[in-house]
Amino acid sequence: MSSVIEKTQKMIDEVLEVYPERTKKFRAKHIKPNDPTGECGSGCMVKSNVKSRPGVMTIRGCAYAGSKGVVWGPVKDVVHVSHGPVGCGQYSWWSRRNYYNGITGIDSFGTMHITSDFQERDIVFGGDKRLEQLCREIKELFPLAKGISIQSECPIGLIGDDIEAVAKKMTKELGIPVVPVRCEGFRGVSQSLGHHIANDSIRDHLLGKGDLEKSTPYDVALIGDYNIGGDAWATRKILEEMGLRVIAHWTGDGTINELSITQKAKLNLIHCYRSMNYICRHMEETYGIPWVEYNFFGPTKIYQSIRKIASYFDDRIKEKAEALIEKYKPMMDRVIEQYRPRLEGKTVMLYVGGLRPRHIVGAYEDLGMEVIATGYEFGHNDDYKRTYPELKEGTVIYDDATPYELEEFTKRLRPDLVGSGIKEKYAYHKMGVPFRQMHSWDYSGPYHGFDGFPVFARDMDMTVNNPTWRLIRRKKPN
Amino acid sequence: MRQIAIYGKGGIGKSTTTQNTVAALAEAGYKCMIVGCDPKADATRLILHKKAQATVMDMARERGSVEDLEIDEVLLEGFNGIKCAESGGPEPGVGCAGRGVITAINFLEENGAYTEDLDFVFYDVLGDVVCGGFAMPIREGKAKEIYIVTSGEMMAMYAANNIARGILKYAQSGGVRLGGLICNSRKVDREYELISALAERLGTQMIHFIPRDNQVQRAELRRMTVLEYSPDHPQADEYRALAKKIAENENLVIPTPLTMDELEQLLMEFGILEGEEVEA
Repeated sequence: MSSVIEKTQKMIDEVLEVYPERTKKFRAKHIKPNDPTGECGSGCMVKSNVKSRPGVMTIRGCAYAGSKGVVWGPVKDVVHVSHGPVGCGQYSWWSRRNYYNGITGIDSFGTMHITSDFQERDIVFGGDKRLEQLCREIKELFPLAKGISIQSECPIGLIGDDIEAVAKKMTKELGIPVVPVRCEGFRGVSQSLGHHIANDSIRDHLLGKGDLEKSTPYDVALIGDYNIGGDAWATRKILEEMGLRVIAHWTGDGTINELSITQKAKLNLIHCYRSMNYICRHMEETYGIPWVEYNFFGPTKIYQSIRKIASYFDDRIKEKAEALIEKYKPMMDRVIEQYRPRLEGKTVMLYVGGLRPRHIVGAYEDLGMEVIATGYEFGHNDDYKRTYPELKEGTVIYDDATPYELEEFTKRLRPDLVGSGIKEKYAYHKMGVPFRQMHSWDYSGPYHGFDGFPVFARDMDMTVNNPTWRLIRRKKPN
Repeated sequence: MRQIAIYGKGGIGKSTTTQNTVAALAEAGYKCMIVGCDPKADATRLILHKKAQATVMDMARERGSVEDLEIDEVLLEGFNGIKCAESGGPEPGVGCAGRGVITAINFLEENGAYTEDLDFVFYDVLGDVVCGGFAMPIREGKAKEIYIVTSGEMMAMYAANNIARGILKYAQSGGVRLGGLICNSRKVDREYELISALAERLGTQMIHFIPRDNQVQRAELRRMTVLEYSPDHPQADEYRALAKKIAENENLVIPTPLTMDELEQLLMEFGILEGEEVEA
């Protein structure tokens, strides 16, 4: 074990010291010093995707959040029903800033809140009839809706309501797909299972059901981009300029038709591996469609990714890819020139979701910043395996971190910037630590692609170098 | 006020036994209430002389929510001034009947159904204790006293033993006790001895042996208890005897359930083996 790894391990041990013995043992498996080479072996492998320990205040969500909030929510021409008591839908109202073109309430429904509003009698007598009525009302209120998704809340699973039968009946009666999604919140250990369940429901009810009139050899699908602050649009611009034709968005600014015809793609491009690798694997097995992971955060990764994607196509695309990089490079260099001197050497601590704990690292590096700690709320082993090589030796990697741990690591590592979620934001503000909300880009974006990088660089600069922080007294480390 | 829950295998005669016993208690001057905890809602038919009374949950469904109900609409008075309520619940295969029981009992409590003058409240509970809802009557300091209706048939005894296991759980946490087994005879060989032995193994008593008599059926067809239909019939006296024993019962225990093997052994001792030998 190298001395750098040992040093980090010592700090981790100190942080865990306050826990009772069993909790300490449990949490120790989830926090490790990074070993990019793999030489350290199991001693540096982070345990993940297991049940959170009671009492440690996990930051995770539930299966419903994973399905309704992440995968299904952005599909814009579908009315998403929060099926069950009112709270789940009410508190997930609006969206993760998944932008879409369209007129809300007419042909797009992304930011609306529709719930079956279960009452006690629905629990006792079952909610099937109410659900049927709701579907009919949706069809009447929103004649341009292209489909309905039924997002199950916990009680639906508890009382065993047969939403599949209702969906089948209503699909026939209303003439639009009604998709039952069994994403009851109590299933699984985090939102991750909700992603999987949502993928499977799209696979079973939509994928392959539509057809594409005219195919080209350059048809690709954009998978795992939720168009947060316009991310998918920035991505699409690059792909189209490369000469590719994007036939489907999964699911940012996506439509039900796009989900139904994706089997016609020649290549699936996946950004958020965690939430959509399932559907890519399925399309590979069933339709023989290859898939490629890419990263559109920061110019270095963007160039690499463009070349990687182009390598799947003919010379025409490869040439266009090179021309594209040449065209945008001066612009990207200017951004770096402007911001790098202001951010050089600054350190970053991340704690986010599906892909960002590893994908944004390159964008920070382009700006001369270093990620010194990172981790996933709901990652699996394959996410961590992809993460180790991206970071320096000895970087702290934590899984399902607790607020206590994050706070302690912050005190010890003294990062210049922390990137995490809304629940963490104000605690960090109180600590006087510059913070960016990195789930939905803190009301900013896009961060993907050539359009996104200047926004990203500007946002990091205005956060890290904001004079406000000097007015807040920052506690000396212990 | 003594609150008593009656459990037992489905179809064993819980509702018939409960209503006849309560009728006898009422005849003896006790003020009684029956709360039916079964979506089938047949626990008060013989007292009210109706097919099925308006249940709490049915009315709640009709009105929108349980808050829209008045207690008088669901708490009716029948034979000998016995008060009757039914939880009601969903059709088989949908919804959550257990939740219905919880909702209904909460409603009755909050709306003053449990008046000071009541001597006895009987809960007539659906078959097995399949989920938390059907354990509601013995939770949170409601019924502290349980009687299990059984017969000498294997599955009825099996269910009785299972229910005893459920009671054991709540006995430790909530103070509920087993008052005894009521044998509703099916004319099985040596039934009296068999159920007496089972009761002893469970650490309780066979509080009464109700012989099988067609008079019960005759009364039921007229939507009456035997006590009302033919008060002078010997079968009515059986229910009077049971009522008296329950009223005077002080033998309340924490049951000692048997293992499956022990239960089968018991059956072999008293029934099957000997029967086979006789046939041979």
